[in-house]
Amino acid sequence: MSDTKKFMYINRKAPYGTIYAWESLEVVLIGAAFEQDVSLAFLDDGVFQLTRGQDTRGIGMKNFSPTYAALGDYEINKIYVEKESLEERGLTLDDLQHLVWEDEDEDYAEKDSIRLVSRTELGDLMAEQDVLFNF
Amino acid sequence: MAMLHLVNKSPYDGSSLNTAASIMKSGDKLLLIEDGVYGAIKNGKSAALLNGLNVSVLGPDLAARGISEDRLVDGVTIVDYAGFVDLVEANEKVQSWL
Amino acid sequence: MKLTIQVNEGPYQHQSSDTAYFFTKAAIEKGHEVFRVFFYHDGVNNGTRLTTPPQDDRNIVKRWTELAQEHNIDMVLCVAAAQRRGLVDEGEAQRNGKDATNIAPGFRISGLGQLVEGGIQSDRLVVFGD
Repeated sequence: MSDTKKFMYINRKAPYGTIYAWESLEVVLIGAAFEQDVSLAFLDDGVFQLTRGQDTRGIGMKNFSPTYAALGDYEINKIYVEKESLEERGLTLDDLQHLVWEDEDEDYAEKDSIRLVSRTELGDLMAEQDVLFNF
Repeated sequence: MAMLHLVNKSPYDGSSLNTAASIMKSGDKLLLIEDGVYGAIKNGKSAALLNGLNVSVLGPDLAARGISEDRLVDGVTIVDYAGFVDLVEANEKVQSWL
Repeated sequence: MKLTIQVNEGPYQHQSSDTAYFFTKAAIEKGHEVFRVFFYHDGVNNGTRLTTPPQDDRNIVKRWTELAQEHNIDMVLCVAAAQRRGLVDEGEAQRNGKDATNIAPGFRISGLGQLVEGGIQSDRLVVFGD
């Protein structure tokens, strides 16, 4: 696995007002086939991408939020959400979708994919990556 | 594993410079490009964000915006596009704060 | 170093495409290898053959075409983003029943895998956007 790189997809923009959130997810899904060491980071307005209960019928756009729930099936289970960004925006973990993955090494036990991290911890994580994607 | 951080937006228009400055590690470099160069104007409210950081500014973007070097905070390095390339090479990876 | 450059915005609307162009050009002049320039989101609009910019302003599309042809650079427009925004080559026209193509020379339309591959194969990924 010497060719495996650590990829982090960084999400800082809210969904629907612009296309970046959705088109960034499209890269993540295609990228899953390349079997790199993938993590996603949500900070600043990017945390809004993960809120529950998105209903887009009134704005006539496709609701792509169910795609986040499918990430576990693509073996993407390192989803970092920055604490400070949530707090600044009046959100808590309960406002976000409960994203899970199944650990086949532990009898497919369901585990949380979202890891709440501080800004400092996120900086540490970013420093460990090989490639940073921004949209 | 030092990182090069790019900020291309004015700090008076958004929070990218704030986020970048607060997440940068010691040894990381910051390069202000496009509208991001406004962040380096001394006496601007956002100038304080740059304290203690290793900051470069893209010269052509300063000139385009009529900002002379003497208007900048102390300790900032002016680079051209070739210098931009050198910064990318000298750091392990690039984080674009869009 | 081997570089992949990502351009997220269209010509003229944002400075991103200009900055990406000058960065890419400087990298080549310094002897670095440009593995790929990948255009995503509205960045695919840099690949239209149909712009007529004012005579006294830069021709962004033509500039990219010339750089690519002079230095044999692989310039890719993301297919999904291109389909959404109406950038069409021969293959896409046939596949999707379009009556015209509008892609500029030097550009090709291909999948997001090309961006991911760029990240894997290159020493640096540099993203220009809004």
